[in-house]
Amino acid sequence: MIPPVLKSREAILAGAILILVGAIASRFPAFVAPSNLANVFNDTAPLIILALGQMVVILTRCIDLSVAANLALTGMVVAMLNTAMPGLPVPLILLIAVSLGALMGLFNGLLVWRLDIPPIVVTLGTMTIYRGIIFVISGGEWINAHEMSDAFKAFPREVVLGLPVLSWIAILVVLGFVVLIGRTPLGRAFFAVGGNPHAAVYTGINVGLTQCAAYVISGALAGLTGYLWVARYAVAYVDIAGGFELEVVAACVIGGISIAGGIGSVGGALLGALFLGIVKNALPVINISPFWQLAISGSAIIIAVAFNATSNRTKGRVILKKAEHAA
Amino acid sequence: MSVTAPDTSPAGRQIPDRLKSPLQRFLGSWELLLLGVAVAVFILNSFASPYFLDPWNLSDATFNFTEKAMIAFAMALLIISGEIDLSVASIIALASTAMGFAVQMGADTPVLVLIGLGVGLACGAFNGVLVTGFGLPSIVVTIGTMSLFRGISYIVLGDKAYTGYPSSFAFFGQGYVWWVISFELLLFALLAVVFAVILHRTNFGRTVYVIGNNPVGALFSGIRVTRVKFALFLLTGLMSGVAAICLTSRLGATRPSIAFGWELEVVTMVVLGGVSILGGSGSIPGVVIAAFVMGMVTFGFGLLNVPGIVMSIFIGLLLIGVIALPRIARQLLAKRKV
Repeated sequence: MIPPVLKSREAILAGAILILVGAIASRFPAFVAPSNLANVFNDTAPLIILALGQMVVILTRCIDLSVAANLALTGMVVAMLNTAMPGLPVPLILLIAVSLGALMGLFNGLLVWRLDIPPIVVTLGTMTIYRGIIFVISGGEWINAHEMSDAFKAFPREVVLGLPVLSWIAILVVLGFVVLIGRTPLGRAFFAVGGNPHAAVYTGINVGLTQCAAYVISGALAGLTGYLWVARYAVAYVDIAGGFELEVVAACVIGGISIAGGIGSVGGALLGALFLGIVKNALPVINISPFWQLAISGSAIIIAVAFNATSNRTKGRVILKKAEHAA
Repeated sequence: MSVTAPDTSPAGRQIPDRLKSPLQRFLGSWELLLLGVAVAVFILNSFASPYFLDPWNLSDATFNFTEKAMIAFAMALLIISGEIDLSVASIIALASTAMGFAVQMGADTPVLVLIGLGVGLACGAFNGVLVTGFGLPSIVVTIGTMSLFRGISYIVLGDKAYTGYPSSFAFFGQGYVWWVISFELLLFALLAVVFAVILHRTNFGRTVYVIGNNPVGALFSGIRVTRVKFALFLLTGLMSGVAAICLTSRLGATRPSIAFGWELEVVTMVVLGGVSILGGSGSIPGVVIAAFVMGMVTFGFGLLNVPGIVMSIFIGLLLIGVIALPRIARQLLAKRKV
């Protein structure tokens, strides 16, 4: 008998990652050097943070396609603020970034909650709106490294206990989510709302409010990542993180978070993001052109979702197999 | 979404929707509202630039939406059935890449058309098998194939481009059939009629609505749900192939970034056309008008030298606004009655 722990989705995914890393290491041992692994983790940190935010949104049967646009808009705003007022302290900038992101998340959430517009339509719309606003406020201009203050650029790269601040923030967010999901009523509510909205109403949970809260969390994290991203790469422009929303959704799907809501875990989202991050970082190392990256991550999504579907089949007595399948 | 508030007659009796005459149904319909928006945009455009009403300009304006609308027709059917295909733009890229590859091998126009349509069908079949055969959610499957199909284009092309299409191939995207009527516009009109007939006048169209409203009910009524859905994925793939032929011919070149972001514009067009994203309701005339609205808005902004990305704000607001406004109005009315 295989112990149930090893049959969990997280264990299988962790195994897949280990095999992947092992295969790379067998030909390029330098890849598994601790310093390089730390680099890979640091590169993946933004994806991890966003995937966790996206996870709670997907748990409540919604989707947030506006995360990358939110990230880019917040990044542009803080970069412009920094250019205008170079003296602004970093904690204040962090506060502004998180609040602005949360505000954009709130806008999504209110449209879904109060007006009952389908989430995919709302976030499709706000995605284009937020991107458009970046162009309007920046006039299409880039903000380059020399226009940003040194303190602004240095923060995510500063090394604390051997790891850059960016990595530490990702670790803190992961820990925060472990508490939020496992130890708070809100965390339970996310699962309840996604698992069965009608039952959730009868247990006294406000479904719309919970979905709105998920959007605010996702937005706040996107805002936070917006500052970190712009500061780390020391450049802000309209197309920053273009198409990144799909990578975020992909990380969640690979991590076993059910797009139908109600199923998922912090570990899953983390491992899903790490998987994509390792693939992205390993391609140049093993001499495959980066042009392969899209095709590989696409295949990974399809394989992951096929795998999830087969392991999620409800066990028990199925009377009408065909009907069950269609539903 | 699909439930419309019943109208009240002067006597206070409620008239069910099915008892209204077609004219009554049209007044107060989504299509009429959209038509109003289209006319308003048209009038605004003619004030915005003296060149707008020039027939050649008006004809050029149609290129802004004809290719997307061809896909939107098939996408409308797919969304009504409760599924979605986010890989359409990537299918265009893959079909266009295949055609470009064939051109380098010395293929001529008829072969290119066959390849374009064939790749479209093959991609549609791949999506269809994954969704219906394995019972996977279409939004995730097509996010995956969206990366996969475009990824293959990037692998084949890298940072290069394919050019050198035969001159006879240019007809599909650049040819004019009758004075200022382009081949694409004619094809768009033809396809609009064909899809309207399929959806609104055939048994197949009826089953699409039934599946969208209640897939389990449809199954128990003897409808082959998976087969119909598979056919709809094939159809969406095929129309993406058609759009790929037109777009490649119009641009005269293939790059892996061709039609980037179109999937969202196509979905916007369909939703703007009054198709419920949750499935079960919508119409082809609505999509046709939405196509004109979006094309006209894009063109009008172009005349005013507004950058493309600012137009996207407007398209986004339009998408949310047209869905939100009736709901806000209904909520306000409901409050007043209490």
